[in-house]
Amino acid sequence: MTRVGLIGAGKMGISHYAILGAHPRVKVVAVCDSMSYVTSALRKHTGIETFKDFRKMIETAELDAVFVATPTASHFEAASHALERGLHVFVEKPLCLDPAQSARLAELARQKGKANQVGYHNRFIGTFQETRRLVRGGAIGDVYHLSGSAFGQVVIRPKSGMTWRTSKSEGGGCLHDYASHVVDLMNFVVGVPRDVVAAQLRRIYSKDVEDAVYATFRYADGASGHLETNWSDASHRKMSTTIVLHGTRGKIVTDRQECRVFLREGTEFESYRPGWTVRYITDLQAPVAFYLRGEEYSAQIDAFIDAVEHGTAEHENSFASASETDWIIDLIQKAGQERS
Amino acid sequence: MDRILFGDNQFFGVNHMSEEKARAQAMQFKDTASIMRVLDIAYENGIRVFMCTTYDRVGEIADIVRANPGRYPDFQFYPCMPYAHKYANSVGEVGIIETIRRFAPGGLMETMIKGAVSAVTQDIYKLMEILVDSEMKRFADVKTPVVFVQNVVTDLLLGLGLDDVFPAFAHHIQRKYGSEAGFITMNLPRLVDVLESKGLRNPIVCANINKIGFRMSGGVDAYRELLRARRCRAIAMSVFASGAIPPKEAIEWVCGLAGLDSIVFGASSAANIRQTKALIEQAWPT
Repeated sequence: MTRVGLIGAGKMGISHYAILGAHPRVKVVAVCDSMSYVTSALRKHTGIETFKDFRKMIETAELDAVFVATPTASHFEAASHALERGLHVFVEKPLCLDPAQSARLAELARQKGKANQVGYHNRFIGTFQETRRLVRGGAIGDVYHLSGSAFGQVVIRPKSGMTWRTSKSEGGGCLHDYASHVVDLMNFVVGVPRDVVAAQLRRIYSKDVEDAVYATFRYADGASGHLETNWSDASHRKMSTTIVLHGTRGKIVTDRQECRVFLREGTEFESYRPGWTVRYITDLQAPVAFYLRGEEYSAQIDAFIDAVEHGTAEHENSFASASETDWIIDLIQKAGQERS
Repeated sequence: MDRILFGDNQFFGVNHMSEEKARAQAMQFKDTASIMRVLDIAYENGIRVFMCTTYDRVGEIADIVRANPGRYPDFQFYPCMPYAHKYANSVGEVGIIETIRRFAPGGLMETMIKGAVSAVTQDIYKLMEILVDSEMKRFADVKTPVVFVQNVVTDLLLGLGLDDVFPAFAHHIQRKYGSEAGFITMNLPRLVDVLESKGLRNPIVCANINKIGFRMSGGVDAYRELLRARRCRAIAMSVFASGAIPPKEAIEWVCGLAGLDSIVFGASSAANIRQTKALIEQAWPT
């Protein structure tokens, strides 16, 4: 049994808790949150041990691993402390606000040889995995341009600034929330860009943070990339993420549900033929033992627990890969500030 | 329970297979009248139950049914609550406490000071009752013989081990509305075990049940065995796996399962409604 402690019992913390709670080889033994009304409700109704201070929890609860789901500004402190105490660590995305801190965490995790994972769940979605496989296998030739986008309704009116998500110093804003997912997905599929050519951080309703992010990337092989994210788009029921890849021999358009592949005349790849081939999530996603809100949320936790059990620090969504994402986020931030 | 129930995903831009289809459907059903036209066709074809998420616009449909008892004498709603994205979006926007204040009925919470609201959140049973009553207001004076908990909440409670909320919900729904509780889940075998352990025998449940095993956590065999042993009154949803299985093949497979009670399906056109209903009746003679 892996004994897990939870640091942060907000939306993502509770979601992780439920999935971990159903995992046959995990015992959630303690929860820590600075807001007492959530932890005391959990203690009262589930009997779980609760803490206000994560140090105290790590000291006393005999944990093997922690899940850090606090506002981003506090990730470094909690994750580095847990790693120093020899625990395996899962951290919600993005890893840190300062990419130098992310790099330090990645190095610390490697030294300690502990499982270290960040919650970029798109990497566990079958359609995106297939897209990466096709691109890396050369199915659409050389990729010369890609675009990644995410739209949804987080902030859709002026008076929304009531949580940490709308506070820049805590790690709020569309850049760290929505855009980080898209940056990470683009990195997953084609690799990390060489630089950020231009970026705009746009406020629509928020006072302290941006609501939309537009950025242009350049890759080492000469390819270009475009990112467009907007969390103030009420036409989307929930966050919807899409990636489009243009290659010399075809094109791929993928979202959570569909992987649509166009191959030019004379191009074939495995069972993919010229023209359009559409493959659906029903065909590309492996089932999970417990489903809460998408297979990917369960699959990423299964992968982390596997890494804990095997005692490996090398796996998907490691701190090292998340720190590359943080580096690009930081470049977007800087490029966006120069313009405004 | 009726054997054939009408679902609502097609009306509200929910499509698990394609965002484009979802958007097209959201455009097609942008007003309540366009939804009502399809519901009328289903009703005229003898499908009396509308199993629906508690979106605000479902309240407008309830208003129409309530206002026309002569036109809809047998129309029944199976409300499925809550519409979780509404709460999730709000929690992301304004936090947990403000979300509860925002959605609690009749200004009950608006007048409360923050401390009092957080005291209510400690009592999850009281909180559940307040939120359920808020969702049920839309359905005053229409028939709601079964009231469901949406899968994201059922499965969240299941994962957190808050098992006592299930019987508490069932008792509240029975006591206050004379309705039976139902539970939607993506983890049917695990749920039925827990419900039984809490004294809810032969519960009404609704889950994905389809030939390819799409979102049937616990595995097709466990589902099959659960139905065969008649440990629950089951409604199959997502029988076409969002279109991944051809209609005839999908229906024949699901109708061949021993111990299944009902099928819920959604459709946007008269032709689709009639075709699906005919396929079910053919494959599943009474």
